[in-house]
Amino acid sequence: MAEEIKKGLVLLDFWVSPFGQRCRIALAEKGLPYEYSEQELLGTKSELLLRSNPIHKKIPVLIHDGRPVNESLVILNYLEEAFPDAPPLLPADPYARAQARFWAAYSDKVYEVGSRLWKTKGEAQSQARAEMLQVLGNLDGELGEKPFFAGEKFGFVDLALVPFMPWLTPSFERYGGFSVAEVAPRLAAWADRCMERESVAKTLYPGEKVDEFITLLKKKYGIE
Amino acid sequence: MAGEKRKGLQLLDFWVSPFGQRCRIALDEKALPYEYLEQDLGNKSELLIRSNPVHKKIPVLVHDGRPVCESLIIVQYIDEAFSSSSSLLPSDPYARAQARFWADYIDKKVYDCGTRLWKTKGEPQQQARKEMVEILKTLEGALGDKPYFGGDEFGFVDVAFVPFTAWFLTYERFGEISVEKECPKLAAWAKRCGERESVKKNLSPPEKVYEFIATLKKKFGIE
Repeated sequence: MAEEIKKGLVLLDFWVSPFGQRCRIALAEKGLPYEYSEQELLGTKSELLLRSNPIHKKIPVLIHDGRPVNESLVILNYLEEAFPDAPPLLPADPYARAQARFWAAYSDKVYEVGSRLWKTKGEAQSQARAEMLQVLGNLDGELGEKPFFAGEKFGFVDLALVPFMPWLTPSFERYGGFSVAEVAPRLAAWADRCMERESVAKTLYPGEKVDEFITLLKKKYGIE
Repeated sequence: MAGEKRKGLQLLDFWVSPFGQRCRIALDEKALPYEYLEQDLGNKSELLIRSNPVHKKIPVLVHDGRPVCESLIIVQYIDEAFSSSSSLLPSDPYARAQARFWADYIDKKVYDCGTRLWKTKGEPQQQARKEMVEILKTLEGALGDKPYFGGDEFGFVDVAFVPFTAWFLTYERFGEISVEKECPKLAAWAKRCGERESVKKNLSPPEKVYEFIATLKKKFGIE
């Protein structure tokens, strides 16, 4: 029989990917069952991955009833809309939604800038450090005294940002020579608060494991 | 009276910005009146810095005194806040995801590669040429034989990409890429969009874009 369409949700992912973790946390928060499919990224990419994301060839990919959705934030928006009966992660008000989308997209910067911290040296690394302090300051300021970014409830921005926390501590902190607890104390407290949620605690790996992974990548890319 | 909340819509923008033009087109498609505020990017206004403290960039949509930043977020906001008029995003969740994916692709690829086309020479420029042709062909593949990216109706992805069609002439002259030759379906789509009032009114004339870039090149000392 020609390839039957697989019903339900499949997530093509890589264990330590913070972008994949965004999706895993969202699926858990929404109580949506799915099949997790670990992908080989450091070697040969699977035919399924290449077929599902021919443009970027990246994870995460959410496959729903055989149809792929790519890009973590697109996946998060899709889950909101395709499963309207599941608990929402975005607020209902259009202005609040625009703010959530803005800050979720901004949180990508933590990974972008953080990667430059371990990939570069000298001037480039100093610049990355300065940018990182700005980014953390902006996030800390936006959070303010609220328990979560949207207020009382854990939501869209929280789950978009929290997977980067084990990359910040200890790795980005050490490479950049700064401390999140010092430069963004409210953010540091917020990270601990998020870890009290089962969906987050079960999905994120400890910072030490992430640090090992970065060391592995450095060796692989021949970065000193 | 000190800092009264201004009612209505204002758009902080810069005339030639394709990102700003996305917002102008969306506002016109939804028949929403707004005040256009041209910004001096060399000497940023207090209003701009206050409205977009994180990026200090245009476009910024200010609605009843509250700012929304980032062009695609602005377009989605316009669609959701003014949902009674015709929708820019499709209603089906999967189609919406596809639309968001392609708009994100355009954001990630087109402007950056286009900038390298006119800012560089020699090997890096050759690389940018190759990449741009690939990007345009990829987008042409996504369009397929449909009149618009979303199907029969002008929508979100069309809004996201159409301002860059005013840059095709600049890509041609500085980057030696003929969109007409490489991607005829895309060129046809550009013409089709150009017949819409919202697009006609808000795109910069291609010659003006070319002049603007030529001036920037001189300013940056790029031959």
